[in-house]
Amino acid sequence: MTTTQRPDAPGRTPQTLTFTLNGSEASFPVEPAVTLLDLLRERAGLPGTKKGCDRGQCGACTVLVNGRRTLSCLALALAHAGDAITTVEGLADGNQLHAVQRAFIEHDAFQCGFCTSGQIMSAVALIGEGRVRTDDEIREAMSGNLCRCGAYPNIVAAIAAARDAG
Amino acid sequence: MRAFDFVVADSAAAARTLVREVPGARFYAGGTTLVDLMKSDVERPPRVVDISRLPLNAVERRGDVVRIGALARNSDVAYAPLIETNFPAVAQALLSGASGQIRNAATVGGNLLQRTRCTYFRETRWRCNKREPGSGCDALDGFNRGHAVLGTSDACIATYPGDLAIALTAVDAQVVIEGERGERTIPLSEFYRLPGDRPQRETSLEDGELITAVELRVDPLYARSHYLKVRDRASYEFALVSVACALRLDAGTIAGARLALGGVGTIPWRSQAAEQVLIGNAPDDAVYRAAAESALDGAQPREHNAFKIELARRAIVRALRTVAGGAA
Repeated sequence: MTTTQRPDAPGRTPQTLTFTLNGSEASFPVEPAVTLLDLLRERAGLPGTKKGCDRGQCGACTVLVNGRRTLSCLALALAHAGDAITTVEGLADGNQLHAVQRAFIEHDAFQCGFCTSGQIMSAVALIGEGRVRTDDEIREAMSGNLCRCGAYPNIVAAIAAARDAG
Repeated sequence: MRAFDFVVADSAAAARTLVREVPGARFYAGGTTLVDLMKSDVERPPRVVDISRLPLNAVERRGDVVRIGALARNSDVAYAPLIETNFPAVAQALLSGASGQIRNAATVGGNLLQRTRCTYFRETRWRCNKREPGSGCDALDGFNRGHAVLGTSDACIATYPGDLAIALTAVDAQVVIEGERGERTIPLSEFYRLPGDRPQRETSLEDGELITAVELRVDPLYARSHYLKVRDRASYEFALVSVACALRLDAGTIAGARLALGGVGTIPWRSQAAEQVLIGNAPDDAVYRAAAESALDGAQPREHNAFKIELARRAIVRALRTVAGGAA
């Protein structure tokens, strides 16, 4: 049903992509058909961003682009020259986890963990957006992140706690 | 994905030239529809022209007109005070669409050009007149629960999928288009084409033309507008039926009305007949129901989507009640 994209699919001409990745400047030769997701996972050595559906439906690939949450599977890497990309690997400060990461652990907000980095990236951004007050608003704002294990109640609790702690 | 050339455009004029040079080339703004369809092999552009950095993303008021740049992100437009205040149906429609992540990437211009969610269009093993003109339509006798009941043809029953365009239709939006002969502005209601026998031609855009803005006139009618979306899940789902409406009440009588439907038409579906039923009458359920009957007049269901007709009627009544209640 779906056409699996080969991470190293030969686009026509590789171009040099320079952008800020988790706070440091990074540069890669990139063919046009490489998505931001595949660049991160296959070339930048950052597999924390997960490839779930690869079609913009599950949210596992959520990263921050210039501070805003977005889906890395639906973005061509070359369209992000000069942008600041933050992945789950870029959240912690040394050994000090980000408040949202700590909240997910404290509230047992995952089971298998596959969707968790996407959930956390989405949660970090939406707390920053400052629009979620009620649990229903959290659920609505997180509807782009699916969890097949069904950890939703604890995910909502973790996000509410991290919001209130912030 | 097939191989393609990727070029960054530094001006709208350059972008149009780059697209015109290569048949099948596509503009790239947010990428959310295009990349998805390229992975499905439905879109096969030999060249992709990145327009995302062009300075076309402002939402600003000039006199009576609010101009939304074509590259404004859906989330930015949804939360823009100019939009929330003057065109609430537009803000509501945007926030009912997709997810927070997708709204941060998707642009207004790109959203207007979103392709249908028809399974038979999106999967290349099926016959689809929109994707492969003349090949036939497997939706006609297939699983067509999500398909259109208004504006259909023997060649295509694919539903127009978006939310934004439905609300924009109800507030009389104009589309600003830049082309070889300069700029032209047309009503959104004239932008989309019925499928007829050429469903591959979805809009009145010509090759190399670029949407640069959407313009909305500030009017009390549009400030009292509402968007109701009915779907299989509470969030992150396309509409089975949606209703965008606007009312102006004057001394207990409906003095102005706009009504547009999503999820049921092959294009964003404005019902001027329903508007005429409303105007001059009292805002009550009997009148709303009469308008709803009128709006669905001529609807043609297929095997699995007849439920949409009554669902749409009831959604129209509820949306009108909501917008009238807000006016009290």
